[in-house]
Amino acid sequence: MIKRVHFPSSPLPYLLVAPQIAITIVFFIWPAGQAMYQSFLIEDAFGFGREFVWFENFEILFEDPLYADVFIRTIFFSVMVAALSMFLSLILAGFADRVVKGATIYRTLLIWPYAVAPVLAGALWVFMFNPSVGIIAYWLDLIGVDWNHFLNGGQAMALIVFAASWKQIAYNFLFYLAAMQAIPKSMIEAAAIDGAGPAKRFWTIIFPLVSPTTFFLLVINIVYAFFDTFGIIHAVTEGGPAGSTVTLVYKVYSDGFIGLDLGGSAAQSVILMAMVIGLTVIQFRYVERRVDY
Amino acid sequence: MSNISLDYVRKSYGPSEVIHGISGSIQQGEFVVIVGPSGCGKSTLLRMIAGLESITGGEIQIGKRVVNKLEPAQRNIAMVFQNYALYPHMSVFDNMSYGLKIRKVPKEEIRRRVEETAEILELTPYLKRSPRQLSGGQRQRVAMGRAIVREPDVFLFDEPLSNLDAKLRVQMRLEIKKLQERLGITSVYVTHDQVEAMTLGHRLMVLNAGSVEQFGTPIDLYDKPATLFVATFIGSPAMNILNGTVSEDASSIILPEGEVIPLGMRLNAQAGASVNLGMRPEHIRLATNGNALFSFKSDVIEELGADTIIHADFGKATSSMAVRLDGIHRVSSGTQFSFAIDPENLHVFDPESGKRIN
Ligand SMILES: Nc1ncnc2c1ncn2[C@@H]1O[C@H](COP(=O)(O)OP(=O)(O)OP(=O)(O)O)[C@@H](O)[C@H]1O
Ligand SMILES: [Mg+2]
Repeated sequence: MIKRVHFPSSPLPYLLVAPQIAITIVFFIWPAGQAMYQSFLIEDAFGFGREFVWFENFEILFEDPLYADVFIRTIFFSVMVAALSMFLSLILAGFADRVVKGATIYRTLLIWPYAVAPVLAGALWVFMFNPSVGIIAYWLDLIGVDWNHFLNGGQAMALIVFAASWKQIAYNFLFYLAAMQAIPKSMIEAAAIDGAGPAKRFWTIIFPLVSPTTFFLLVINIVYAFFDTFGIIHAVTEGGPAGSTVTLVYKVYSDGFIGLDLGGSAAQSVILMAMVIGLTVIQFRYVERRVDY
Repeated sequence: MSNISLDYVRKSYGPSEVIHGISGSIQQGEFVVIVGPSGCGKSTLLRMIAGLESITGGEIQIGKRVVNKLEPAQRNIAMVFQNYALYPHMSVFDNMSYGLKIRKVPKEEIRRRVEETAEILELTPYLKRSPRQLSGGQRQRVAMGRAIVREPDVFLFDEPLSNLDAKLRVQMRLEIKKLQERLGITSVYVTHDQVEAMTLGHRLMVLNAGSVEQFGTPIDLYDKPATLFVATFIGSPAMNILNGTVSEDASSIILPEGEVIPLGMRLNAQAGASVNLGMRPEHIRLATNGNALFSFKSDVIEELGADTIIHADFGKATSSMAVRLDGIHRVSSGTQFSFAIDPENLHVFDPESGKRIN
């Protein structure tokens, strides 16, 4: 038998959580319900009539080869962003963990990108890589790379991967650094005495010991790349050239607001919603149950 | 196996110096214990030998090499840490073989050496386990195994037993001593526990506030403590320290109450100079007819079976005093006792410098 603690019933607890519940309902549950409802409708081209069609919007989507392309592209994009930003922040945190002098300055500088708004971050990268005036495009030109992400889809993809990863490095860095600083110093010293150099220690001791953080960040970064990169893509490529940087989230926007296919767009967002729920479940079940030594 | 020599070794953290020029040499195969109160710099000194702390001044030699600038890995030492510092993501076997793998020892030999070491330490059944699945004592053994298997020139221990319970500590202490004798590897062992130090070490380096008070065999330290600090640090219950003055002919000490304690020798000191007189509780005897040197009324009596400890406030000017008598003495508190002590068991110190003067 589970013992329950009984409190005298009072409206106060309900009052205290009411604002939070109201916000959740107005800004999350209600729009989600709307999207769900919308995804079952097809509007005619002029917006005069709508027809309840059950799953037809979903059927159309799943039969659309373009949607499959976008799906695969989004997975590629997410994996690239997660891999690149996690790898870079792991290395940076590894160095920051060893720094003795000026550690705070170094860390503060590394955290700054996190404070930059996505659209600004995007604008920054667009400017640096601008084929005619960008400094990096100029350097690339010097080493014989003809950079033009307005025309070259591969380069456009690379650019949004860079921009999105850069934005996420600070976040990953903080988690990695915290995880590394939680490793007892004597363990690293024991490895040093055992003859392992800094690189060997990093890959055989530190990296395995921060693996719970790696797993946690992997989920977070995938979620970020999937759902949270609209601003960057919008600022950098607007999905172009020729749709080569359109991801799932971006497609929701372009189909719904540009193409005015509200039903199709809503169906896509329902699919995204299901994915977020799935990832959240994974995170709760596997990540929050931290591996501790 | 190597000898270690310290030559005026110093360490500063910023402006504050914590090790003030320590010298001493440790013979090949010797077991030296660095002992001292908390914060005196024991760990710092050990870590300087290991290469985990930089050396501010002086020179450390291991074997024929000056190691000041060498990385820990190049010094061919092994260290056992207080928290064991086992690699939690590796099995016991991998923990023990890590150093060998890095040194590119052939696989077959690694296996042979790890299994041999595990046999010695009775770890064979646990080789596949992870450190998490071991008890404190077993972890301690794995940490030892990781050090032994490398066959280093020098073993360093930083309070390896302080996380164990009292009983296990005594048992592991014996095992470490046996192991060191069997392997004959030069060892430096840090502890703040004087009993551990006395039982383990061939020689003890007593450290106080970053300086060596005395470096000698346990018996040296017990019989001829060089300073007041060593005198009170070594021995339990601690040595009684009484205030006194040097007699006219400098061959005895006069206690504040007027008792005269003959020294059996002439002190090189001014008559009337004040000194500290030390007597170990176990050296004080009950006086038999007429040879009483001093007497007092007992206060608390501790009957321990093997011996009896009598505590008392002695005279006006001194603090409490303890006497340890062999066997059982059924006495009640408030009894007046007369005591005697042999002159060779007296220790006289200069209160200014704390140095021994007899
Ligand atoms: N990184 C550091 N920066 C400044 N002072 C330090 C540092 N490490 C140690 N100290 C100081 O050096 C002195 C010696 O420290 P150490 O750790 O060697 O003591 P210890 O004898 O091992 O003590 P314990 O028995 O408590 O382990 C202490 O006073 C300590 O405050
Ligand atoms: Mg210490």
